[in-house]
Amino acid sequence: MTLRDGWEMVIGLEVHTELKTSTKMFCGCANEFGSEPNTNVCPVCLGLPGSLPVLNVRAVDLAMAIGFALHSTIGFSTFHRKNYFYPDMPKDFQISQYDLPINSGGYLDLPDGSRVTIERAHLEEDTGKSTHLGGSGRIHGADRSLVDYNRSGVPLVEIVSGPDIRSSAQARGYASELRGILIATGASDGRMEEGSMRIDANVSVRRPGDPLGTRCEIKNLNSLRSLHRAIDYEAARQVELVEGGAKVRQETRHWDEHLGETSTMRTKEEAEDYRYFREPDLVDLVPDTAWQERIRAGLGAMPAERRATLLARLTDPTPSQLDALEVVVDLGFDDLVLAAIDAGVEAPLALARAANELAAAIDDIANLTQDAFIATLTMEQGGELSATQAKTVLLELLAHAGDPRAIAAAKGFEQLSSDSLGETVAALITQYPDEWARFRDGDEKLAQFFIGQVMKLTKGQANGKAVIAELQSRR
Amino acid sequence: MASSLRREDVAKVAKLARLTLSEAELDEFTAQLGQVLEHANDIAALDLEGVVATAHPFGLINVVRADERRASLARDDVLAMAPDTQDGRFAVPRIMGEAP
Amino acid sequence: MRSALDIARDVRSGATTAENEMATSLAAIRARNDELNVFLFVDEEGALDAARRVDERVTRGEDVGALAGVPIALKDNLCQSGVPTTAGSKILKGWRPPYSATVVGRLLDAGAVPMGKTNMDEFAMGSSTETSAFGPTRNPLNVERVPGGSSGGSASAVAADMTPLSLGSDTGGSIRQPAALCGLVGVKPTYGLVSRYGLIAFASSLDQIGPFAKNVADAAALLEVIAGHDPMDSTSLPELAPSLLSHVNDGVAGKRVGLVRELFDGAADEVVAEVERAAEALRDAGATIVELSVPEIHLGLSAYYLIAPAEASSNLARYDGVRYGLRVDADDVAAMNEATRTAGFGAEVKRRIMLGTYALSAGYYDAYYGQALKVRTQLIDAFRRAYLEADLLLGATAPTVAFAIGEKTADPMAMYLSDVFTIPTNLAGDAAISVPFGTGEADLPIGVQLLGPGRSEAGLFAAARVLELADGRS
Repeated sequence: MTLRDGWEMVIGLEVHTELKTSTKMFCGCANEFGSEPNTNVCPVCLGLPGSLPVLNVRAVDLAMAIGFALHSTIGFSTFHRKNYFYPDMPKDFQISQYDLPINSGGYLDLPDGSRVTIERAHLEEDTGKSTHLGGSGRIHGADRSLVDYNRSGVPLVEIVSGPDIRSSAQARGYASELRGILIATGASDGRMEEGSMRIDANVSVRRPGDPLGTRCEIKNLNSLRSLHRAIDYEAARQVELVEGGAKVRQETRHWDEHLGETSTMRTKEEAEDYRYFREPDLVDLVPDTAWQERIRAGLGAMPAERRATLLARLTDPTPSQLDALEVVVDLGFDDLVLAAIDAGVEAPLALARAANELAAAIDDIANLTQDAFIATLTMEQGGELSATQAKTVLLELLAHAGDPRAIAAAKGFEQLSSDSLGETVAALITQYPDEWARFRDGDEKLAQFFIGQVMKLTKGQANGKAVIAELQSRR
Repeated sequence: MASSLRREDVAKVAKLARLTLSEAELDEFTAQLGQVLEHANDIAALDLEGVVATAHPFGLINVVRADERRASLARDDVLAMAPDTQDGRFAVPRIMGEAP
Repeated sequence: MRSALDIARDVRSGATTAENEMATSLAAIRARNDELNVFLFVDEEGALDAARRVDERVTRGEDVGALAGVPIALKDNLCQSGVPTTAGSKILKGWRPPYSATVVGRLLDAGAVPMGKTNMDEFAMGSSTETSAFGPTRNPLNVERVPGGSSGGSASAVAADMTPLSLGSDTGGSIRQPAALCGLVGVKPTYGLVSRYGLIAFASSLDQIGPFAKNVADAAALLEVIAGHDPMDSTSLPELAPSLLSHVNDGVAGKRVGLVRELFDGAADEVVAEVERAAEALRDAGATIVELSVPEIHLGLSAYYLIAPAEASSNLARYDGVRYGLRVDADDVAAMNEATRTAGFGAEVKRRIMLGTYALSAGYYDAYYGQALKVRTQLIDAFRRAYLEADLLLGATAPTVAFAIGEKTADPMAMYLSDVFTIPTNLAGDAAISVPFGTGEADLPIGVQLLGPGRSEAGLFAAARVLELADGRS
């Protein structure tokens, strides 16, 4: 969406990502989604009197990995307490980083060529989770609430961008690229639907060239779609306000997914006084060069680099191939696709099977070996399997693993001999003389017509490329 | 130099600390805290430009633990401490605002 | 009552039994606890069972440990699994922690038998044990007087011969001052020497757990048992427990003792006289006395009464009625938090929470809390300079002998001023020990204080032992 009359959006994003550690940030309780309520809790993450936090080294490793991926400066950092009362926060303060975050500065380049600066990426702990009883089941109008502290103390990194984003589409692109990076570093599983990545958006509007307008912060956007919609709604609201002669009030706003609108949560005047001060129960964090280098050395290629690597293997890529490429890198199938290409599989075929069949069965991907993937695609390319058959073999491999040839044989996917294919094509030429004449005269679209007919007759057992070869030989 | 403590400051701080003070307590606390702060003005008035703040007496750094599981508490023991529970969770009266 | 080391020796040798010693302790408690209000909780059956288990181990020929069968009292801010722990506050009444403090585990490993929880100023905020929600503790040496605080119950337990040893916590003098007022040895260890895991926090950057004992050797033995690195406390020093008991008789020959003016200025004449007499005793034992001035000490009190309340205001936020302890019902959760805290905290705790909240709040942080942290730096530097000229420092522990119950409760500032000599050590993170030396008004004990840099406990015990002998105590 674009704003009318030359208005410009100015957007900065705060992305919270839960880190994929085995235990919580300050205690040895499991960092696990979906456990029975209050089973992953101990004196530390329940904030019992006398308990003390001890920092999980893996959380630091992952935070630094994120920092490297975002070109941040990693340095001396400290922990602070952010003080406010809330029932899902067992100590009634959150351990966070304040003026000395582990990662400062940096940037993220988006696939569209734009660059968004990163202000900081700091460590903090997550809160517990409340459910609301009575009323609509949401917080407003509820009679009482129930709190589960399993999530309390799960490590988070909060990544704060500069106010560099100028459209909701760019915001979405940033969040999506960042998500790719978080997955690539191993820091996060990027599962927004499970709340492991949550976004707050700071939105303001201005006439291009004017100073920054008053911003509103929209809290807790839990999908890329919500992010996009919430920003569009909020920017339009602000433009309408200003054009109507009113002023935008600095405030925190809540996005209602069902109503599709934002509403006031808290005005600036009601803002909390967090009384930040150094967490006396933790010591300074000073990752030395050796520690930093160990993390840097362990980092694989980031999505942008991986997209470029794959792109170099495509000749004149179509838009749909570019989309497939993004999906493949996003899901981490690029190594598989590259291996297939190296083994002689044509790039578009490898890309298409990975972006479609493999992507659809992502949870079962562990069943599929690289060799099986390559073998299946080689058979398809060589005409031993039709496209439909190859897809069926892949699905079977994903579901139960196994040997592609054995699966093809078991399914009765016998190779359609070139003799019988030739007979079928010859019969069709006789049956459709007009279409054949047009094809012979250069109308290539008719190839699809003949492929379709062959597929019909062979119940999908023929290979499209073999059909084309047969047609060409008779031209 | 810090300003002297006013009654409305004390009222504001009480709200921040989630304490209810009676009118008499407000007066009493304003006087008593004012006295302590007045004493503290000896340091508030010092010129300590360039002095590093000490939040911690010893310079320990990088104290971390391995990412290894330890036993959590038994849920029954956890909930036995609570004033009110329901469905394996801690129960509280309605929450008026969302978390900041 | 016999010394802890004698009891442990005899339990190990079979000359007495842990059960027998525990029975003696329990009898002493029954005799005077109603009068003195020392213990908030005593588990007689549990303590006797635990003592019998020690005896069984002795019978089996096991090495039971340095404190075999010694009854020990715990200040009620130390968590012991399943044992009521209140920190002297109504807000935690009835709470039984599901875990034990690290020091409790170490005591059990050494064969000691924790047998009860002692009264204290609410959340350790006080200098007289009068702010306890469960009534004041009386000084066993004179029941009209306070035992000092905040660890007044632990001090009284030893002073009244209810137990040979106890643990307290010292944030601004809460072990040393009651030790002085009750005629005991009390130690504030180097910050990080003893794990704070399981100690209910007052001011995290100042709190340390430490021993009370009738004599220097017992105190050294107890500290040796509870000290040493704990992976559960990030601020725990990395090394193992130091060897202390073996250095108790090292003496002070060749040591330089700094007599620091600011550590007795303003104390009662009789207290100053004992500090001077202590200096002479140390000189007689071969030490050199150096007169020093550390003017930054005067700023310590102000810095302390900003830093400690600031940390406390945050540490005590968790008492909100949601997860444990008291809840006072209300319509919504914020109102419930407020009603609970208002009903559950006493006036002194509220005062300090208010002070700390204010010192940290927007607009005042720099002038108060930020400035106090810088003063802390200056104080640390000043001590560092002093320790270039002296190996240890000498001063008073408290300005006066035990004062009357009720004397200072109406005037918080007067109460705060009684901590002036002990606070600097906590701010610096250093070690200090209070040792009884002479008596004053109403024949009440006077304590002198020996201060040393971090990790100087062995030297402090040796100097304290010299004073103990010079004062005619074995």
